Amino acid sequence: MTILIWLAPLSLSLGGLALAAFLWTFRAGQYEDPEGDAARILDDHLEDGPPEVSTRRLLAEAPALEPRARS
Amino acid sequence: MALTHDGDAFAPRGGSDPEPFVRARGDALLSLELVVRGARCAACLGKIERGVSALSGVRAARLNLTTGKLSVVWERGPTRAADILEAVRDLGYPAAPFDPAQARAEEDSEGRRLAIALGVAAFGAMNAMMFTVPVWAGTGMGEGVRTFMYWAAAAVGAPCALFAGAPFFESAWRSLRKGRANMDVPISIGVILTLAISFSETLQGGRHAYFDAAVSLLFLLLIGRYLDHLLRARARSAARDLLALQARTATLLDPDGSTRPAPARDVRPGDRLVLLAGDRAPVDAVVEEGAADLDVALVTGESIPAQATVGTPIRAGTLNLNGRLVARAEAAAADSTLAQIARMMEAGAQTRSRYVRLADRAAALYVPVVHSLAALAFAGCLLAGLDLRSALLRAVAVLIITCPCALGLAVPMVQITASGRLFRQGILVKSGAALERLAEATHIVFDKTGVLTEGRPVLLDADPRLMALAAPLARASRHPLARALAEAAGPGPSAEAVIETAGFGVEGLIGGRRARLGRAAWVGAETRGDAQHGRTELWFGFEGEPKRRFLFSDRVRPEMAEAIAALKARGLTIEILSGDVTGAVSAVAIRAGVGRWRSGLSPLDKAQTLAAYQGAGVKAVMVGDGLNDAAALARAHASLAPGAAAEASQNAADLVYERGLDSIGEAIDVARLARRRALENFALAALYNLIAIPVALVGMATPLVAAVAMSASSLVVTLNALRLSIPGRRS
Repeated sequence: MTILIWLAPLSLSLGGLALAAFLWTFRAGQYEDPEGDAARILDDHLEDGPPEVSTRRLLAEAPALEPRARS
Repeated sequence: MALTHDGDAFAPRGGSDPEPFVRARGDALLSLELVVRGARCAACLGKIERGVSALSGVRAARLNLTTGKLSVVWERGPTRAADILEAVRDLGYPAAPFDPAQARAEEDSEGRRLAIALGVAAFGAMNAMMFTVPVWAGTGMGEGVRTFMYWAAAAVGAPCALFAGAPFFESAWRSLRKGRANMDVPISIGVILTLAISFSETLQGGRHAYFDAAVSLLFLLLIGRYLDHLLRARARSAARDLLALQARTATLLDPDGSTRPAPARDVRPGDRLVLLAGDRAPVDAVVEEGAADLDVALVTGESIPAQATVGTPIRAGTLNLNGRLVARAEAAAADSTLAQIARMMEAGAQTRSRYVRLADRAAALYVPVVHSLAALAFAGCLLAGLDLRSALLRAVAVLIITCPCALGLAVPMVQITASGRLFRQGILVKSGAALERLAEATHIVFDKTGVLTEGRPVLLDADPRLMALAAPLARASRHPLARALAEAAGPGPSAEAVIETAGFGVEGLIGGRRARLGRAAWVGAETRGDAQHGRTELWFGFEGEPKRRFLFSDRVRPEMAEAIAALKARGLTIEILSGDVTGAVSAVAIRAGVGRWRSGLSPLDKAQTLAAYQGAGVKAVMVGDGLNDAAALARAHASLAPGAAAEASQNAADLVYERGLDSIGEAIDVARLARRRALENFALAALYNLIAIPVALVGMATPLVAAVAMSASSLVVTLNALRLSIPGRRS
């Protein structure tokens, strides 16, 4: 039964890894456009990263997000 | 005023200049969100994204195919927001700017929270079970190993259960503070008691601990909760998209004569507005300059255009058909004519919020029964001579095994399947409760204009030769009567040197001869004044020749008679309530085969009629599209509006349909079917409890039995609900 000392943490960390992966994919916006993702894979020329990641790449250049002052 | 026809002023972009909806991202970048309709495939996606990216300065264009939103980021420079909108429209997709304030409201924090709770519960359930399954399976496992396994399950399961259960605990607490008990109360009590008793058992080295059950219970319940949330969130965002496609911007005229676009909600009383042909008035206003024909169908229900000159009051929602008007705003958007209607809608919504949903009715029955059963079990076991600990264990076993897993899934599963099926048929369901109310309907009340009829004039039979003579002039005008004539005549040449005088008619050269098409006096004819109610006339003639007349009337939808007959066949009573004149209403009622109809009703009359039905216990469904129907829509037991309806009406309606009148029958069928499936699910859940409670009472509800029984009952309920998505099955 001493094997449990190794196996229990090992399997738990595998489970934890899966949970972390789920949270990461969720935060990266990979569930936001399932139909679009299915279509994007068919076209080599389309931007095919998850939306939030591509947006973040863009915003890294200009991070402010204030509504534009109305004249 | 006269207006020459270059056609440009009538492009369908009137009233939706996207400039006010542009957001700045830093100094150099701008961003805009557009609602795009009709993009369904990979090819559309590539076409739109490439088309927009090809504009100069565009950094990124990304279309979300699921929600139909296009986000564009571009550099400040020569490219304007209107160019982007134009580019998408030129590709053949209707598009409209999306308000950033609404986009922010759409960030769905509740949905994210539920999804994360669901992920955590899934992790907790699987990993807690990893420790408990060996206990169930293992024979000859010593007490030490068993206790170790339970502590490991507790370390994983308990924190996950507390995290994933938070939405239920909060909802139960809110409900208890109001002195009520919803379904979340027994769920919360069940989960907390399960955890507590499992800890106490593990401490004492007992044989039964239910850490895995507590989490897997929450996992199954969260599936139901998440589906219910998805249904509401999807309907809300689809409803907002429909509204974004209606005019949301106003054109303000500054004192120096320049114009600028502004969101309708920023218009203040006293502002001067420019209304071009194709614009809808954003607020109540009074005409100061110009003349035009107005389409008031959405506001009053009349299908024949009205004339506007200096001093004419215009109500919000009125469509300018031709000519340029300058008008002074009389009220802000928030308190235009809409204010009174909004108050009536609120009153209606209040009476409707008293409706008790099926699941809550079940909970009201279920909670006292289960809790008193658990209490009885406890008392019974004590009386039967069991010690305090075993008696408590039995009582808790009853609570755990009856925890309303299947009940929590029973209704949301059915409603999401049903609304998914309706969504594919172009019917948008705004809430699950709407489906429940629709299923109870016995009575359907129709508005006439725009619902039973097309809501626009159509040419009544005319001499084909005369039609061919007048058609070139008609083709040059965008007035609805002229368009109806041009449509009837088919394609052909246009007149030359055309001048349109708004409110009077068009004049131009046909084959070198001067001709006029318009009002009798302006064309030079003497009207016989014998046009029946609900009909309108247009005169035509060459200079110096006799004048001839065309007659128009609003046309009933081609599918009307059949759709109404089908509704009657379903046992529903049909009635027509219209704001239009008696003659027009009776004609349609006869065509529809409807005996009960009333005409000349004000918005208040309609709402009161529906309120009277509600008072008498008649479950009446209202179908309407105009502002004048909004209060009645809110007051009815359930309501539907077509996709072309006024904003307030779409807000007030429970369901919005985008195809023909057949949709109403389809929606009622699916609603009734959904109700039957929900009741079946309740029966299945009750059956499960009938078997499970005795098992728990005699102390046979081991953790293994509890886990299998709960999952099995949830699975059965889910499969039963999915039967709804099989198309073509009628109730």
